Amino acid sequence: MLEIKNLKVALEEEDKQILKGVDLTIEPGSMHAIMGPNGSGKSTLSYVLSGKDGYEVTEGAAALEGADLLDMEPEERAAAGLFLAFQYPVEIPGVGNMTFLRTAVNAQRKSRGEEELSAADFLKEVRAKAKSLKIDADMLKRPVNVGFSGGEKKRNEILQMAMLEPKMCVLDETDSGLDVDAMKLVAEGVNALRSEGRSFLVITHYQRLLDHIQPDFVHIMADGKIVKSGGPELALEVENNGYADILAEVA
Amino acid sequence: MALAKMKADATEARLSGLSLPDGAAWANAARAEAMDRVRRMGLPTKRDEYWKYTDPTTLTAPDAAEAALFHNDEGPLFGAVDRLKIVFVDGVFDADASDDLAGEGVEIARLADAMAADIHWAKDLYGVLEARGQQPVERPLAALNTAMATDGVVIRATGKVGKPINLIYLHKDVSSDAVLHNLVKVEAGAEVTLLETGPAAARFSKQLEVEVADGGAFHHVRAQGRDHERRAVTHCFARIGAASTFKSFTLTFNGVLTRNECVLEIVGDEAIAHVAGACVGDGGDFHHDDTVFITHDAVNCESRQVFKKVLRNGATGVFQGKILVKEGAQKTDGYQISQSLLLDEDSQFLAKPELEIYADDVACSHGSTSGAIDDDALFYLRSRGVHPDEARTLLTLAFLAEALEEIDNEVLADDLRDRLEGWLARHS
Repeated sequence: MLEIKNLKVALEEEDKQILKGVDLTIEPGSMHAIMGPNGSGKSTLSYVLSGKDGYEVTEGAAALEGADLLDMEPEERAAAGLFLAFQYPVEIPGVGNMTFLRTAVNAQRKSRGEEELSAADFLKEVRAKAKSLKIDADMLKRPVNVGFSGGEKKRNEILQMAMLEPKMCVLDETDSGLDVDAMKLVAEGVNALRSEGRSFLVITHYQRLLDHIQPDFVHIMADGKIVKSGGPELALEVENNGYADILAEVA
Repeated sequence: MALAKMKADATEARLSGLSLPDGAAWANAARAEAMDRVRRMGLPTKRDEYWKYTDPTTLTAPDAAEAALFHNDEGPLFGAVDRLKIVFVDGVFDADASDDLAGEGVEIARLADAMAADIHWAKDLYGVLEARGQQPVERPLAALNTAMATDGVVIRATGKVGKPINLIYLHKDVSSDAVLHNLVKVEAGAEVTLLETGPAAARFSKQLEVEVADGGAFHHVRAQGRDHERRAVTHCFARIGAASTFKSFTLTFNGVLTRNECVLEIVGDEAIAHVAGACVGDGGDFHHDDTVFITHDAVNCESRQVFKKVLRNGATGVFQGKILVKEGAQKTDGYQISQSLLLDEDSQFLAKPELEIYADDVACSHGSTSGAIDDDALFYLRSRGVHPDEARTLLTLAFLAEALEEIDNEVLADDLRDRLEGWLARHS
């Protein structure tokens, strides 16, 4: 599904290397988690994959189903099936959440040569999906993320993911700022989307989220590289002993 | 003194080419008084403080520059709204194209007819609010309008007027020069919606005097036409009574020069006065100026000024807005916001927000900003698959939304939103 090879990335504005050769292969239908200390480059990886400005790829490649991701515009990556759930979802005053969702869904359908959803069909679908995430009608009417609590913002990200039905979902610290109940809702939303053809890359600081979303693989990232990979037990090791032991072990 | 002399000479030279239109007795007197005001003040020049950001030269020049006619295949604005249509072609009333000047709860007459008849309320209003509005800032072009206007309508709402009255201005002659003057009197408890659409001429001066009596409501929505080369100066003078509502919204597309002055005087307690505007301009020839002056002279009143401008390719936007709270106008709630979205570095926005407050128990806030499209919001939309042009249009409409929300009638607002969306898509 997603193949990242020796990816090296620097900041455009300053001479600073963030990613120093990331290798990662994600098979269709699998759930991968990346953990790592602050500043290890986890969020940078998610931004570079989604095409955010400000980063320069100095070496390496990233491909989604064989197509070169790094050569695409952000909207082309989305149309190709990539989705990033933002760590800090952006507030857009003046744009209704519903308008935003419909514009996004129809833009992607259009780029795939599909017909736009009728207003009635769209409404039906969005209501059903919103309900399971406990997103009420008021939240759908309000401007995108404006006045949303941290938990509401993250649930709104998952709603977008559910509506857009991407193939490759990258979740950047979706658990940050969530209480236990909100985390359960988000995890249920993610689990409901798990399918054979859909893969996930979950970036997190804590093992907590992984109690609810069972990963197939866990990777530890430090100083711009994946330094250790393993199964779910690796997350538990981090939870119990912190990163120090692992980092010392691979150093 | 030399400057004052130069100004007086220039004014005299310009006025010597004009002769006052001949009307009935009361109109002649009103015109002569207005012309005296013009002489006393002198015509504006770009040296005047109030015209620092907008050059009035082409507005005061003897002849109007040509303005190419704008053609489009879109239907008329507010076409789906059941409305009473009053049509002017290059500033001249067109009876054949207009509906009967009659409606439920309203009396309407052509200005020329009203001037020939002894209509007391019109006589008591024509040029009267304009003359009051000359203090503390002089507005000579408004006085010139009062002196020279021959056409327009007078509207008296005596009840809840059944349907909106739409003044439709058509521009058919490339060098037309129009002076229009409309009067509206909203009697106590009455309610009327006035729509104005289209460019009145290649160059036009348009004035609206509105008196809203206690408990009355006046809703005003206008769109100034899309002719790229037209020049316009408009004045709106309103006196607002107790527990009444005055709401005016203006949408401006294109135009070489537009100066919209709005002068509101709140004289009755518990009144609401909102004036808002949105403009979109593309190119170095676009210059749009909103100049607003709201005076609070009563207790517990609310006023809002909400102005948004989208400027690209060297377009210029101006905002001069003032809230004056007089002594004793306690519990005033005044709000003023003027913002521009600059889509490139060549465009500019000039803002002069002013508050002058002589009461001690008031809440007045004002803000003015200039900014570009928010990169984070743009990326967020793109990351969801939205094409950047579409994303920019969406974000631009979002920027304008606060001004459009000032329109109470959703059908009218939606029609304007659709036009804006079309314009933004064509200019992306």
